[in-house]
Amino acid sequence: MSLLIAVLLPFLGAPVVAGLARRSRRLAAWGAAAAALLTLAVLLPAIADGFTGATTIQRLAWIPAAGLSLSFRLDGLGLLFAALILGIGLLVILYALYYLPPRDSLGRLYAYLLLFMGSMLGVVLSGNLIQLLIFWELTSLASFLLIAYWRQRESARRGARMALAVTGGGGLALLAGCLLLGEIAGSYELSVVLEQGDLVRAHPLYLPTLVLILLGAFTKSAQFPFHFWLPHAMAAPTPVSAYLHSATMVKAGVFLLARLFPVLSGTPEWTWLVTGAGLVTLLAGAVIALFKHDFKGLLAYSTISHLGLITALFGIGTPLAAVAGVFHIINHAIFKAGLFMAAGIVDHECGTRDMRRVNGLWRFMPYTAVLAMVASAAMAGVPLFNGFLSKEMFFAEAVTAGGGLRFGWLLPVVVTIAGLFAVAYSVRFIHDVFFNGEPVDLPKTPHEPPRWMKVPVEVLVVLCLLVGIFPAQTVEPILAVAAQAVLQAPPPAHDLALWHGVSPALFMSIVALAGGVLLYALRRPLFALHQRWEGRFDARVFFELLEAGARRQAQRLIARLDTGSLQRQGAMLVVAVIVMGAGGVLGTAAPLTGTRALLPVDGASLAAAAVLVGATLGATVLHRQRLTALILVGAVGLIVVLAFVTLSAPDLALTQLAVEVVTIVLLLLALHFLPPESPSESTCGRRWRDAGLALLGGSGATALAWAVLTRPTASIGSWYLDHSLPGGGGRNVVNVILVDFRGFDTFGEITVLAVAALGIFALLERFRPQLPPGDAAGRRWDADVHPLILATFARLLLPLALLVAVFVFLRGHNLPGGGFVAGLIIAVALIVQFLANGVSWAHARLPSRTQPWLAAGLLLALATGLASWLFGRPFLTSASSHVGIPLLGEVALASAMLFDLAVCVVVVSATLLILVNLGMTHQAGQQQANR
Amino acid sequence: MEALVALAIGTLTGCGIYLMLRTRTFPVALGLTLLSYATNLFLFTTGRLVMGRPPLVGGGSVTADPLPQALVLTAIVISFAMTAFVIVLALVARVELDSDHVDGAGSP
Repeated sequence: MSLLIAVLLPFLGAPVVAGLARRSRRLAAWGAAAAALLTLAVLLPAIADGFTGATTIQRLAWIPAAGLSLSFRLDGLGLLFAALILGIGLLVILYALYYLPPRDSLGRLYAYLLLFMGSMLGVVLSGNLIQLLIFWELTSLASFLLIAYWRQRESARRGARMALAVTGGGGLALLAGCLLLGEIAGSYELSVVLEQGDLVRAHPLYLPTLVLILLGAFTKSAQFPFHFWLPHAMAAPTPVSAYLHSATMVKAGVFLLARLFPVLSGTPEWTWLVTGAGLVTLLAGAVIALFKHDFKGLLAYSTISHLGLITALFGIGTPLAAVAGVFHIINHAIFKAGLFMAAGIVDHECGTRDMRRVNGLWRFMPYTAVLAMVASAAMAGVPLFNGFLSKEMFFAEAVTAGGGLRFGWLLPVVVTIAGLFAVAYSVRFIHDVFFNGEPVDLPKTPHEPPRWMKVPVEVLVVLCLLVGIFPAQTVEPILAVAAQAVLQAPPPAHDLALWHGVSPALFMSIVALAGGVLLYALRRPLFALHQRWEGRFDARVFFELLEAGARRQAQRLIARLDTGSLQRQGAMLVVAVIVMGAGGVLGTAAPLTGTRALLPVDGASLAAAAVLVGATLGATVLHRQRLTALILVGAVGLIVVLAFVTLSAPDLALTQLAVEVVTIVLLLLALHFLPPESPSESTCGRRWRDAGLALLGGSGATALAWAVLTRPTASIGSWYLDHSLPGGGGRNVVNVILVDFRGFDTFGEITVLAVAALGIFALLERFRPQLPPGDAAGRRWDADVHPLILATFARLLLPLALLVAVFVFLRGHNLPGGGFVAGLIIAVALIVQFLANGVSWAHARLPSRTQPWLAAGLLLALATGLASWLFGRPFLTSASSHVGIPLLGEVALASAMLFDLAVCVVVVSATLLILVNLGMTHQAGQQQANR
Repeated sequence: MEALVALAIGTLTGCGIYLMLRTRTFPVALGLTLLSYATNLFLFTTGRLVMGRPPLVGGGSVTADPLPQALVLTAIVISFAMTAFVIVLALVARVELDSDHVDGAGSP
C-alpha cells in the first residue's frame, strides 16, 4: 500500500506543519520538506520499478459489491508527474521560506501547499476514474485556498472565486464525461479503460464523452476560451504561482489528455477539437503575453501559451507528437518554475511588478539576472537550452501534420508566428527588467536576495542547461517510460539531439528567433495600438456579468419561492404533491378499481367510519375552539385504534392506543400555554383556496387508497411469515421483524425518538412562560389541583400497570406486544402519577431526568447489535432458545429480547423526558400564577 | 370495507391539509396529527385488508401482511415524537415571539 501511504502523507503532514509554524518558521519549512521527502522515500521502490517500464498497481477493496475500490497506479506518466510534484514542491518549500514576509502565516501556506501536493499526487497516481475525479476536485479546492492566501486583498478573493468557478465547473463536466466513459468501457479502473480504446471510439456516445472530458481538461489547463482565470490566479503568492499555476496543477488538464490518449485519440473529432483549442491558445497567449506590463502577467499568459502548445501536440495525435508533448511538459515545468521564482525575487526586491518602472536591474542584481536570462532563453527556444529541443520537435510535427491537409501549410505558419511572439516576450521580459534604462520610482532599493532564495532557481536553471545540452543522458530515461505509458505501447524512435541537420523545423526556429527579436525592436507602434484596444475583449468582464446575472436570477427565484410565510410554503408543498400525483396518474389507461375481491361491510364498521369522518370534519370546522377540536381529534385516534383491531393488526392497535393517550396529554398540556381559541383571520378567499386544496388532496388520497386496496398484491410478507419462527425464534411476526429482521431500521428509529426528545428538552431549557391566573373567561384555576381519589387510585394502579407492561413485553415475541408497547404502557403509567399526584410529589419518587436512561437504552441496543460481531455474524443477528421457567411456562429467550428491552427503555425515557419536562414547566408557571 | 377505509384516509388527508394551512400553531399541530393518521393508515393498507387473521405464526395459512404493520408501528412512535417536537416548538415560539401565529407575526 505504499502508493496509498504516499498520497496520504502530505495530507497528514499539513496540520503538523501548521502546528510547527507556531514555534518557528524554519521548523515549519523543515517539517514541510520532511513530509515531501518522506513521501518520495515511500514512493522510491515503485519509482525504481517504473524506470524498468513496469506498472505498479495497488488496490484496496472498498465497496466490492459496487465495484468500488481504492486503486493506485504508478506507471511512467505517474512517475514523471510524481517527480515533478515532489521535486518542484521541495524547491518551492525552500523558496517560500524566504519569499513570504514575516507578518504572513507561513504555516498556513505550507499546510495548503501540502494539501495540494497530496491532492495532485492523488490525481496522477489514481488507478480509478472516480477516485481521480475526487483528487481532481481537491486540487481545485487547494488552488482556491492558495490563490486567496492573502485573503484581505479583494483581487485575491476574486481571482480565487473565478478559478474555483471555472475549474469546478469543468470538474462537473469531467465527472459526467468520466461516468459516460466508465459506462462505455464497462469499468472505472484505468487498467481496463485504457484497453477499450476501439470500443470507446466506435461508441455512439463517443462525441459527448469526449467533449465533456475535454471541458474538464481545458478549464483546468486554461485553454481558450477558459484561459481567463489563470492570469487572475496570479494574485497568489509567487511560490504558489510557480508551483500550481505553471508547473503542476495546470498540467493536470494535459495530464488527463495524456492519460486518456490511448482511449480517446485518433479520431477526427479529437484532432480538430484538441489541436484547434491548443493552437488558438498557443497563439493568443503568446500575443497577449507580449503586451502585459506586469511581468507576472506576462509569465501567466506565456504559461497559457505553452499549455496550448502541449495540448496541440497531443491533439496532433501521432506517437511522435505525444512524445514531444511529454517532453515539453517536463521542459516547461522546469524553466517556467524557475522564471516565476526569478520574477518573485525581482518583485520581492522592488516591491512592484510593473515593467514600465522595473528597469535596469542588471546593476543591482546581476546574478539573478543571469539566472532569469537562462530560463528565458529556454522559454524562447534558444538552442542549448531545454525549451529548444521540445519546441523543435513541435515545429517538426506541425510540418508533418500539416502536410496531408488542404490548408495544411497554415499549421506551420501559425506555429512559427506563435514561436516568434514567444521570442519577443522573452526578450521583453529580460530587456525591460534588467536593462532598458534606469529604474523608475521603485518602492525599495533592489539588491541580490538571500543566498538560499536563489538556490531553487539555480537548481532549475542548471537542469535547463543539462537537459538542453545532454538530453540523451539526462531526460531520455524518464521521457521514454512516460511516453510508453502515454501511448500504452513502446515509444517511436526519437532522437534527442541538438543538431538534426537542415530541416524545415530548423528554418522555422531561425525565423522565430530572428523575427522575435525584430518584433521586439518594433514594439512601440504595436504597444500604442494595443493601448487603444485594451480592455475591449476582456473575458473577465463577461464572466463577471455572467456571475452577477446568475446571482440576480437566483435571488429573484429565492425571493419568489421563499417568502418566509409558512402558510405559503405549505400551500406550495401541497400543490406540488397534488400536481405530481395527478401527473403520474393522468394519461395512464389503468382502471381505478382493481380486481381484488372486497370485504363485506358490517354495521359496526360503518358506524365507526361515520364517527371518524364526523369527528374529523368536526375538528376541522370547530378548529378555532381548540379544546373541542382536540377532543374530537382524540376520538379520531381511538377509531383508528379500532380499525387496527378489526383489520388484524393487534400490535398497531396497542401502540396507537398508548401513543394516543400520550399525545392527547401532551397537547392538553401545551394548550395550557396557548390561547384557548384561534382568532378568525383568514380571508374568505384564502379559506376557499385551502378548502379546494384540501378537497383535491383528500380525493386524491381516497382514489389512491382505493386503487391500492382493490388490487391484488404480491408481498414479500410471506417470507417473513415463513422465517419468523425458524429464523427469529418468535411467533409474532411483526415483533420479530422489528427486533430481528429489520432491527437496523428499528435502531435508527429509536435514535430518532431519542434525538427528538433531547431536542425538546433543549427547547424547554429556556422556556419560562407566564401563565395567566385563570382561563380566558376569567375563572381562576381550581385550587384542588390533585384530587385525593384520583391520586390514591393512580398510586394503586401503578404496580398493576407495570405488571401488565412486563407481561406485554415478555409475550411480545410470540403474541401481540413487545418493547414499543410495553415502553408506552410504562410511560403512561408513570405520567398518570405525575398528573394525579403533582410533579413535585412524583419528582421526589420517580426518575424525571431520564437522559442517562435514554443513552443507556441506545447503548444497550448498539451493544446487542455489536455482540453478534463477536460471533462473526452481521450487525444485530439474533440467537434464540426456549427456556422453561416454573409458573410462567416456556419462555422464548432470544438475544433479540435484549434489543427489545433497549427499545422499551428508550421509549419510556424519551416519552417521560418530553412530558415531564413540559409538565414541570407547567407547574412552575402555575405556582407563579397562584402567587 | 375497502371503500370505508379509503374514504377515511381521504377525509383525514383533506382535513389535515386544511388545518395545516391555518395561521395559528395549534391547528397546524392538529392538522399534522390528522395527516399522520392518514399516512399510517395508508401505509398499512399497502398490505391490503384482512379481517381476524393477525400475522402470528400458526394462526392459519393466510394472515395479514406483517411487513407494513412493522413499518407503521415505528411510524406511529415517530409521528408522536414529531408532533411533540412541533408543539413544543410552538410553545417556545409563542413565548419568544409573543404570538402563536405560524409566521410569528400579528397579535398574540
